[in-house]
Amino acid sequence: MTTLPDKTDRKLGLVIDLDTCVGCHACVISCKGWNTENYGAPLSDQDPYGADPTGTFLNRVHSYEVQPDQGAAQLIHFPKSCLHCEDAPCVTVCPTGASYKRTEDGIVLVNETDCIGCGLCAWACPYGAREMDLAEGVMKKCTLCVDRIYNENLPEEDREPACVRTCPAGARHFGDLGDPDSDVSQLVAERGGMDLMPEQGTKPVNKYLPPRPKDQMNTAPTQDGTATPPMLKPIAQEAKGFIGWLDKALEKL
Amino acid sequence: MSHQQPKIDTSPEVSDEVRKTTCYMCACRCGINVHMKNGKVAYIEGNRDHPVNRGVLCAKGSAGIMQHNAPSRLRAPLKRVGPRGSGEFEEISWDEALQIATGWLAPIRADHPEKLAFFTGRDQSQSFTSYWAQNFGTPNYAAHGGFCSVNMAAAGIYTMGGAFWEFGQPDWDHTKLFMIFGVAEDHDSNPIKMGIGKLKERGAKVIGVNPIRSGYNAVADEWVGITPGTDGLFILSLVHELLKSGRIDLDYLARYTNAPVLVNMDPTSSEHGLLMRDADGKTLVIDRNTGQLAPFDQPGVRPDLAASHRHAGVTHKPVMHLIAERYLDPQYAPEAVADQCGISADKIRAIATELARVAFDEEIVLDQEWTDFRGETHKVMKGRPVAFHAMRGISAHSNGFQTCRALHMLQILLGSVEVPGGFRFKPPYPKPVSAHPKPHCKVTPGKPLDGPHLGFVQGPDDLALDEEGNPARIDKAFTWDNPMSAHGLMHMVISNAHAGDPYKIDTLFMYMANMAWNSSMNTRGVIDMLTDTDENGDYVIPRIIYSDAYSSEMVAYADLILPDTTYLERHDCISLLDRPICEADAAADAIRWPVIEPDRDVRGFQSVLCELGARLNLPGFVNADGSQKYADYADYITNHERKPGIGPLAGWRTGENGLTHGRGGPNAEQLDHYIENGGFFVEHLPDAARYYKPWNTAYQDWAVNLGIFDSPQHYIFDLYVEPLRRFQLAAEGHGDRQPPDHLRDRIRETLDPLPIWYPPFEDSGTDTDEFSIHALTQRPMAMYHSWGSQNAWLRQIHGHNPLYLPTKLWDAKGFAEGDWARVTSAHGDITVPVAHMAALNENTVWTWNAIGKRKGAWALDKDAPEATKGFLLNHLIHELLPPKGDGLRWANSDPVTGQAAWFDLRVKIEKVTPPDEAQPDFAPIKSPVGEGPDHLEWKVSE
Repeated sequence: MTTLPDKTDRKLGLVIDLDTCVGCHACVISCKGWNTENYGAPLSDQDPYGADPTGTFLNRVHSYEVQPDQGAAQLIHFPKSCLHCEDAPCVTVCPTGASYKRTEDGIVLVNETDCIGCGLCAWACPYGAREMDLAEGVMKKCTLCVDRIYNENLPEEDREPACVRTCPAGARHFGDLGDPDSDVSQLVAERGGMDLMPEQGTKPVNKYLPPRPKDQMNTAPTQDGTATPPMLKPIAQEAKGFIGWLDKALEKL
Repeated sequence: MSHQQPKIDTSPEVSDEVRKTTCYMCACRCGINVHMKNGKVAYIEGNRDHPVNRGVLCAKGSAGIMQHNAPSRLRAPLKRVGPRGSGEFEEISWDEALQIATGWLAPIRADHPEKLAFFTGRDQSQSFTSYWAQNFGTPNYAAHGGFCSVNMAAAGIYTMGGAFWEFGQPDWDHTKLFMIFGVAEDHDSNPIKMGIGKLKERGAKVIGVNPIRSGYNAVADEWVGITPGTDGLFILSLVHELLKSGRIDLDYLARYTNAPVLVNMDPTSSEHGLLMRDADGKTLVIDRNTGQLAPFDQPGVRPDLAASHRHAGVTHKPVMHLIAERYLDPQYAPEAVADQCGISADKIRAIATELARVAFDEEIVLDQEWTDFRGETHKVMKGRPVAFHAMRGISAHSNGFQTCRALHMLQILLGSVEVPGGFRFKPPYPKPVSAHPKPHCKVTPGKPLDGPHLGFVQGPDDLALDEEGNPARIDKAFTWDNPMSAHGLMHMVISNAHAGDPYKIDTLFMYMANMAWNSSMNTRGVIDMLTDTDENGDYVIPRIIYSDAYSSEMVAYADLILPDTTYLERHDCISLLDRPICEADAAADAIRWPVIEPDRDVRGFQSVLCELGARLNLPGFVNADGSQKYADYADYITNHERKPGIGPLAGWRTGENGLTHGRGGPNAEQLDHYIENGGFFVEHLPDAARYYKPWNTAYQDWAVNLGIFDSPQHYIFDLYVEPLRRFQLAAEGHGDRQPPDHLRDRIRETLDPLPIWYPPFEDSGTDTDEFSIHALTQRPMAMYHSWGSQNAWLRQIHGHNPLYLPTKLWDAKGFAEGDWARVTSAHGDITVPVAHMAALNENTVWTWNAIGKRKGAWALDKDAPEATKGFLLNHLIHELLPPKGDGLRWANSDPVTGQAAWFDLRVKIEKVTPPDEAQPDFAPIKSPVGEGPDHLEWKVSE
């Protein structure tokens, strides 16, 4: 079994805004493209043009319907990838040390040369964030684009994960969640960012910003009857009255 | 074991070279960085400098690598050797292919040019393909706008000189309330996501009007789950509320619209309902300074919205009076429309209140001086921070034109067009309707057509009719059936050609249009028309030439295939002459260029047209000595001049003193400059020109200088669209050009010069109690038309398309997960898998667009879910309305523009025993390219 570092210098991770994510899958495919060509083995696809295409993806978007007691049903788009947990059970379960958490930034990685493809880590991860690559027989997972974020061959502005760079709605943010003054930590504080399944005790680094309340437009008096929503005040009921009002209103212009 | 970590290379080489071009994975035209390794495409990302996408890229764009290497790519020209539809082809050389095409087309041009119907689908080179067709001399040319969103485009141009998407955009940086109608992933993919992201970042609100709460509507703060086809009624109710409360922008209406223009109210006059004009043709208003008539644009005039004018016994009322009289009628009160729209009266009031509150109580002011067309200088730019966007959901109905008009009227009454925080045009828009060409249809054998095919009619005189009054065009565009069909009616071409109505054709020539599958209404019927034979055993449509890059369903139905390249292997220009990539603050155009050479015997379609045009001796495509004028499309892009100094690309032209932009001569190095600049050209507006563009002298001068216009084109918005009234007058019996009697009532009722709402036509031809459910499609964000299914990555996201049913229907019919349903319309039935969705209008079902595939197409396995469980709603929709017993063929189209009314569809639904496969099933077609590989590990570097 593999040991986690006592502490990490930084806690790099993602903040994902569920109020803004439109569910477009841009992050999914950008990730697939970058990580097929880069870190480790390519993300393979089995039966890609056939009856049951299945491939390795490090990031997927799920959609869930929410049906509140009052009001209309809602649809939440929920992107999910490795959350780079502080207490990552996928690391401690690894029999070969292939899975590890980096001391400098907290990124959880798989050293593919040591991975025996036993799948214990995928079993241990409560989030389903690891995928076995069927062609290579090694475990694949989000690397937080460790080969981008420090890459001196990329312009400085591009040294961020591919999913963050591509997100059209700007719903994905990257930074050091161990630094309370970082932009991402500030965003989490302002918007009430949440852990995914905190009861699992994994202390995920990635945070989710919850959807803002929906369908709040006042259409009826408040329940205690103290206030009615502001409504337009009529200036006329029919065209003749309107034209009379119009003439006066034009005088005031 | 104790913690240990390996040393890894965090700075690997990313690529050998980055080549910047323009995406074509949908119609959005984003800039992309194509990373090359070992001479192959390694990775695609967004171009940060690009005006459209600023570095971001959607799923489709990033998956372009899988489109480029798709096994469905055609490999060489094909000649059909089996019956049509069999998929039996033999590969031939380009020389033979071009000889065949020339052999078919040259005699047509010499004798009857109209016997060629050339329609170009999802073509981003329409200024080029239309030029080719014009040189050929056929009147039968259009692209796919007629079955896409012509209602949106035409309503916008006729009302305010531009519409949404490529014509304009919300003021994302200033708007405080954004309201969208019928918007899924249709058009403007990344910019809308980027814009919504900006609004969310600063807490601005979004109201989504859509029967389906997915995508943008899922993140909207307020969802209005409207009943399909009733958006116009809802909008007119909002207008009713705003008028009733006087919450409209009177100053804006008086200055910048035809609300003060006087209308002839004499019902006995042949000019009844026309606008009062002076001897120069200028529309007239009453000047509040003098109380006298004055041309609308006279310096110093203060147009009066209130005063009527009586002259020679005839009353003339300002348009504003007609608006008040119509929309204050109780029929538009919230209570009167609530049930029909599926929106409570309280909610309608609340939305009207909020629109008015934000527009007028949260007015924004930019400290920027500007001068208007009457010569008045304004110290500031005042803005109404309410912006709207709409797309196919309101446009693809038979009441779509008037619904889009109603929305523009709402925007204008709020004073929120071309102002800070509102909706802004993108150059070359705004552009008054009078600055557009009119349609041309005069055929002379052996000669070019007398002008551009498509345009904007001003009245009956401009219709495309022959001397006997019959339709001049095969699609009957610009006829009494649909006078303002500015984009043609591609969806009627095959049907009309098969029926010989208005005449028979010889050759159907198409590009990028999957008419034998998802691009046609009534797919089965269209397949039968394409294969039907006459009494001699000859095909009713004698010859079909088709160009596509991929093995689409349509390929099997052509006689000659001209294989196109992928978008990474070709030249293109996204031109200011056509549909450029401009932003509200800038004019911009872009190119594609071969970032990689084809590894197959394929050619860019436009380059093929250059050679075919020369072989046919088309004047625009040969030199004086008869030799080929343009070696290929790149040569055309560089050297063609539409008029002196104006070519397909505006950047890096040759001026008198070196390089210049806009107006200038051709420059042999122009494409190199584009490549060096990242594949695009952009020229920003001066600050004083950024808003109020139709009336702003700084903008107009800038546009003239850049070559967008030859002279300033100031105009006012047409709340009242006089050309519509001219058609009504004809229907009332005025004038020489008269509609056929069977269309008089419809023209009187639907071509109203002020926005109206009427129920979708399908409602009157079907039993709405029996067919009580509305059926829609939406385009997924990660898939574009049929092109996506060949994409190994995208089809793992959208390989299945169940029919989504609302809770009420799901429960009433006792559906459970895994069930199937038979869905029946007045036209046909399909049997398909279903799924439950709660966030859905309770009388609406829907599915993803164009996921269903025919077996054998797109190099997919015959057992691919797209072919076994995937389906199209197209089978339920006919291009004609059900017969009315009058023997006439009534198109299932908008009566103003001819737009295909896809979303009028009504169905009934029953639970059935699951069949083996979705029904109807079609026999497999033989693939000209075989099937794709059974595994992929697509890494180009080792």
